[in-house]
Amino acid sequence: MLPNHPSEMLTTRFVLPMLAAIGLLAASNSFAANAKLETIISPAQAATADRPTIKSTADHSKFKLLDRDFKTGPEVTKACLTCHTEAAKQVQHTKHWTWESTDPKTGKVRGKKNIINNYCTSPVSNENDCMACHAGYGWKDEKFDFKAEQNVDCLICHDQTGTYRKLPGFAGHPVYKRVEFPHGSGKFVEAVDLKKVAQSIGMPTRSNCGSCHFFGAGGNGAKHGDLDSSLKHPGKYLDVHMDEKGLDFSCTTCHVTSHHEVSGSRYDAAAAVKGPAHIRGKKDETPASCQSCHSNKPHHEAMLNQHTEKLACQTCHIPEYARNQIGTESSWDWSLATTMGLDGKPMAYKDSAGRRSFDSKKGKWEWDSYVIPEYRWYNGYSDYKVIGDKIDPSQTVHINEVGGSANDPDSRIWPVKVHRGKQPYDKVNNYLTVQHTAGEDHTALWHNYDWQKAIAAGMKAAKLPYSGEFGFVDTAMTWPITHMVAPKHDAVDCAQCHSKNGRLQGIEGVYMPSRDSNRWIDMIGWTLVVLSLFGVLMHGALRLYSSKMKGQHK
Amino acid sequence: MSSVNRVYLYNRYERFWHWSQALLVISMLITGFEVHGSFTLFGFEQAVNLHTLSAWSLLTLWAFTIFWQFTTGEWKQYIPTLKKVDAMVRYYVFGIFNHAPNPFQKTAEKKHNPLQRLAYLALLSMISPIIWGSGLLYLFYSSWASLGLDSYLSLGVVAVIHTAGAFMMLAFFIAHVYLTTTGHTPTAHIKTMITGWEETD
Repeated sequence: MLPNHPSEMLTTRFVLPMLAAIGLLAASNSFAANAKLETIISPAQAATADRPTIKSTADHSKFKLLDRDFKTGPEVTKACLTCHTEAAKQVQHTKHWTWESTDPKTGKVRGKKNIINNYCTSPVSNENDCMACHAGYGWKDEKFDFKAEQNVDCLICHDQTGTYRKLPGFAGHPVYKRVEFPHGSGKFVEAVDLKKVAQSIGMPTRSNCGSCHFFGAGGNGAKHGDLDSSLKHPGKYLDVHMDEKGLDFSCTTCHVTSHHEVSGSRYDAAAAVKGPAHIRGKKDETPASCQSCHSNKPHHEAMLNQHTEKLACQTCHIPEYARNQIGTESSWDWSLATTMGLDGKPMAYKDSAGRRSFDSKKGKWEWDSYVIPEYRWYNGYSDYKVIGDKIDPSQTVHINEVGGSANDPDSRIWPVKVHRGKQPYDKVNNYLTVQHTAGEDHTALWHNYDWQKAIAAGMKAAKLPYSGEFGFVDTAMTWPITHMVAPKHDAVDCAQCHSKNGRLQGIEGVYMPSRDSNRWIDMIGWTLVVLSLFGVLMHGALRLYSSKMKGQHK
Repeated sequence: MSSVNRVYLYNRYERFWHWSQALLVISMLITGFEVHGSFTLFGFEQAVNLHTLSAWSLLTLWAFTIFWQFTTGEWKQYIPTLKKVDAMVRYYVFGIFNHAPNPFQKTAEKKHNPLQRLAYLALLSMISPIIWGSGLLYLFYSSWASLGLDSYLSLGVVAVIHTAGAFMMLAFFIAHVYLTTTGHTPTAHIKTMITGWEETD
């Protein structure tokens, strides 16, 4: 007989042989064997044999509503909403949907939609491509309906087949028809099987979050440095919590989510969490912090705990980020975009590790792996430049400036990735420009290689005056590092900071033994020591000389 | 050859105290200046651990020694005096080169010459409080907030005071070691501190 049902198969393959083994061992009448047997198979374990493997109380493959051939993503969403009546409304209040975030201090509206970042710059006028990472369908220009519930994309976060992909160029839709991608490459992407995806629904895994967050800036690991595809199946060395063979955390283990609001944000971070570990029943305002589980006194030694008054956990426990061959981008120079090859045609090449290094469309990149962070005082607040903010082109333009100082009790020394580069700006109006890069039309930079047209089109979409004169300015963006937490034995050791020219060389406002000293005290002190030595040596020499003289006189 | 008198100056506990204190002070000087960043020997973390361990060991040793001083009455050895200080100064500045006799003869009742007593007074009343006051504050930096001290103190100031004390201690140590060679033979004092017996002319 062939088993044709999973539970039946389990019975035949595991339970029956186990029962046979129990019988055999019981017959052996050996006390030791029986004791051992109990550890191998307890009654509780035996009962799990036909327990369903999915954790959820609903198996979406059993729903009639989902057993049909969906044509589009919004069709699937409508089906989801028949049961999950509030889900879309919830999502529509999150940054994953609005791409907006309001500054709690100034009321300034930031978010991906409004800032100009240091990578692909702005999504404005490029929505068709950029919205491949929007949790929605159809945001291709400013006319997008943010109220339409069927436009919410449930699948990008909840697909468990790993087959649901959103490509640039489709305004956030997956591929419904087999398509050549990238255009002209001869490679094809198959149409997505929406029924299979809809029936697979589950809680978001590392791969779901990673489908966008690992590939920010259009390349694996490019943007964050502490997030890349190696975290799909990480080992302990890479991330002590996510270790697939160990604790196996998913992103949402820390980024605890309620009504679709994911906790933990770079825009308003909890940089200096104090007090004991959080317990059930208490309101947890910072679940995505280390301290929420570990408290701010996690070490056995008081001297180490003392460090939490000044340092973020990440400063010692993330000794390097991008700890793999994937690496992360350290700079993006847009000023070299539109530079053609010797044959006058666009060119692109990679670095020795196979990472994008130059592309006539986008300019020049630099990459790095196993990167030692830079360090900054940080209080969780970042002041972001948004589209239209004035800049001083004679200085490096900081896309965001992390707040905090040694005197601020809510500041800690944090590890950061600083991504540098060059971006176009309006030379008369003194602000960074928005450029139309992606697309197949004649103004798109990646199609026609004409900066003037691309900037004019981008600025028009951003509703901002453009003088017609552009130049390039040095830019930098600062990213607090928080992922890829190393096992404790790999933590930064004392001397890496407690030394001259150590990691925290540039950090002001703290006295660090070994790094710092008072120049005057050292000078006076060593003078005193040298004089003492000189004095006793002279005294000794004189004694020796006088006793020799005495010997001669005898 | 002159006749030799032997006097038993330092009993077993006194010698144990002296040499273990010497070891701990040397250890604290070496590890302390490493923590200060003057050189690298054990590595910062080990240096801090050894420095802390030596500090607690020395405090424990002193707890026993203070008890010993008072139960034996030996504390009287440290009562400062100005009597014959000028003679001692003259001896070290002139007499010692002319082979004049040492104006001070050690006895079991008076083990320290007047200059020595002044030096130990300076050590006990100035250098020691500077080092231990700043050192204990340094060690308990993590408790400043709970002790309500954090608004009055800064680690930088405490560290500077501690370092200043350490330099004074190092200078004292150099002079002390040199002066052990000024007995009737260069090693006489050291031998006495090992065996307990002082040989006098």
